Amino acid sequence: MQIAIASGKGGTGKTIVSSNLAYYLNKIGKSVALIDCDVEEPNNHIFYEPTWFADENVNRLVPQVDTIRCTGCEKCAEFCQFGAIVCLKGKVLTFPELCHSCAGCINICPTSALEKTSRKIGEVQLGLKDNLLIVQGMLRVGEAMSPPLIKEVKRHGIGKEIVIIDCPPGTSCPMIQAVKGSDFVLLVTEPTPFGLNDLKLAVETIRELGIPFALCLNRSTIGDEKVWDYCKIENIPIILEIPDDRQIAEAYSQGKLFLEVLPHYEKVFVELLTSLEEIKSC
Amino acid sequence: MKVALSSKGQTIESQLEERFGRSPNFIIYDLGNDSYQAIDNTQILNSAQGAGIQAAENIVNTGVDALISGNVGPKAFRALQAAGIDIYLTRGTTVKKALDDFKKGKLSKAKSNNVDGHWF
Repeated sequence: MQIAIASGKGGTGKTIVSSNLAYYLNKIGKSVALIDCDVEEPNNHIFYEPTWFADENVNRLVPQVDTIRCTGCEKCAEFCQFGAIVCLKGKVLTFPELCHSCAGCINICPTSALEKTSRKIGEVQLGLKDNLLIVQGMLRVGEAMSPPLIKEVKRHGIGKEIVIIDCPPGTSCPMIQAVKGSDFVLLVTEPTPFGLNDLKLAVETIRELGIPFALCLNRSTIGDEKVWDYCKIENIPIILEIPDDRQIAEAYSQGKLFLEVLPHYEKVFVELLTSLEEIKSC
Repeated sequence: MKVALSSKGQTIESQLEERFGRSPNFIIYDLGNDSYQAIDNTQILNSAQGAGIQAAENIVNTGVDALISGNVGPKAFRALQAAGIDIYLTRGTTVKKALDDFKKGKLSKAKSNNVDGHWF
């Protein structure tokens, strides 16, 4: 089962939920992979300090022009929807940072003047801690497009009984790439106006993707009632509530899993799993 | 010789727009007969990324030999350079004044982009 932990708003607690849920599932004997898809800032490793055992480069296909074969026909430039290849006065220029690696230009070129080359976009790192597989992506600094890396990171979770995906924030391509293919999405938000606004965007996105989802309310004892009101109207189950507890924040700030420091919180995760089972069976 | 100028408005009395790729208009000035036409760049101004490259394509197609603008980023610079367009940078002026300065040789040619890309 693949569970994606996502949110619209950043800083709502995706990583605290992901890292602790993975910890709990691993503790009760499941075979778990924790996949950190927040490739601009993967943080789950901080709570585990895993033993890294593999580090792989991730490359992406980009075109390169053979100026001798190129006739300046402009077909490639007309084809590219991202402006990553232009033809100016018969000279073809490529802009790899804008390229989405579709290879359309290469396939369309009548004189085979475009060749496939690769561009490093980041790394996938694999680690282990007490049988828990931890996978994270590290986007190369300066790289603008993370979805191809996220796709690679996710590939390493295949085969595990439960895969927890810690998604990047937002509701654009990186988040969608991370969520895609999941059996369930747990949206994390906080009961604040910003939390609600971005939750609505995330709900619209997940509905479009057609994946079953429920809500985790973090710092549930702050803010106002509006997230609850919204969930009632929209019929969204709230299956995990984490209160605004200073001790949780302290554990987090010290890089510790709060379930380890405050084991009495295990019961909220037990309830979460029960709710997940119920949702799965209906 | 034709010169392109990034412009806030559609006449030569307009303020020179400092941004190149996201300039609302371009004034294409023909020094041969002292006439000009304005081209609308709004569609490119609103594009998510690669505005500089598209704007370069736009002005290259008008057959200009030089560009006068406020700032040119790395990708636009590469594109303009490949097309053999000379770039002159000036700021806080009108299109008309910038043209006069250009004609008097007061503007110097840019050797590289003067600003960074927006996300690199």
